[in-house]
Amino acid sequence: MTDSSRLYEIWVYLQAEPLFWLTLTIGAYLCADFLYQKTNLFPLLNPVAMSILIVSGCLLIFDIEYERYFSGAKFIHFLLGPATVALAVPIYQNWRIIRSESMVILTVIILGSVFAVLISYGLGRLFGLDSMTIASLMPRSVTAPIAMGISELIGGIPSLTAIITIITGIIGASLGTFTLDILRVKNMAARGFGIGLASHGIGTARAMSRDQTAGVFAAVAMGLSGIVTSLIVPLIFQLLF
Amino acid sequence: MLKGIFIIFFFQLIGEVVQQYFVLLIPGPVVGLILLLMTLICTQGLTSPAIGTLTKSIFQSADGILRYLSLLFIPIGVGVIMHLQYLENNILSVMAIILIGTVTSLGLTAVLFERLTKNNDD
Repeated sequence: MTDSSRLYEIWVYLQAEPLFWLTLTIGAYLCADFLYQKTNLFPLLNPVAMSILIVSGCLLIFDIEYERYFSGAKFIHFLLGPATVALAVPIYQNWRIIRSESMVILTVIILGSVFAVLISYGLGRLFGLDSMTIASLMPRSVTAPIAMGISELIGGIPSLTAIITIITGIIGASLGTFTLDILRVKNMAARGFGIGLASHGIGTARAMSRDQTAGVFAAVAMGLSGIVTSLIVPLIFQLLF
Repeated sequence: MLKGIFIIFFFQLIGEVVQQYFVLLIPGPVVGLILLLMTLICTQGLTSPAIGTLTKSIFQSADGILRYLSLLFIPIGVGVIMHLQYLENNILSVMAIILIGTVTSLGLTAVLFERLTKNNDD
């Protein structure tokens, strides 16, 4: 047997096992994160987006089906559920802040979340998009595991929602400061709150790296809007579709 | 740490069962999140050392999972390959919606929050 056919056999064997796909996923993430840290958290080099590009690139170059990749990578994917439940902890740790400003926080969370969902719906209809794409767009402002769960339940495409959510986060993180400067919002808590509500974890990470108060309020807004959005999207969905 | 992981998995399990049983349109893990949050708030006042250790273990596990939250999006995100064709036709509209939607909700929320907190201080 020649060397190349033996290598091919090993390759065939590896493709059927999760190990290769898990190593590729973690490796891509570590490279992307290294680059992100080196460039001082440059928003356009977001590690999630970069890792997805690296892995997708590999699959396209070597002509590998997504299903094959996912059969291995699903072990990482599984942890999204527990991660969603784990979001209870940061919300709980900020519970004192939430309670002390409960009326304002609740009002803004509800109005902000309803607005974020309705503008996606309204513009989607205006641009003549189909219902499946609109359903994938509606939950985009909340953290990806929650957004994907909502999307699935209302007939959207979870992986499309994942990408849309990540792009939303990148836009919030890169244009948030600029937008808030134009609107002359000076209050750090308010700035963080807007960024956390509109651009979930990616925006929150950015806010935390700039200002502690903004970071805490971004985390509060992100957690609560995740809960509120999963309660209101199904309601809005039943009314509109 | 292991106890914390158990509790988190267990709450997701309850969440999924509740969601399925009542046919809720809220994702099971979010139901689990709400139940865990309520449990943490309710047991806050208790000074039992057993609950204290358990809470600490939950915090550690949650911190461990959430630290690598970004990693967890990659497998499903790669699924975009499947929708490449699909996105090509809609990409401009989708990008426009994301851009306008994000900037407006971000601005509106921040302005609203600033106004309302100012009123409270008066």
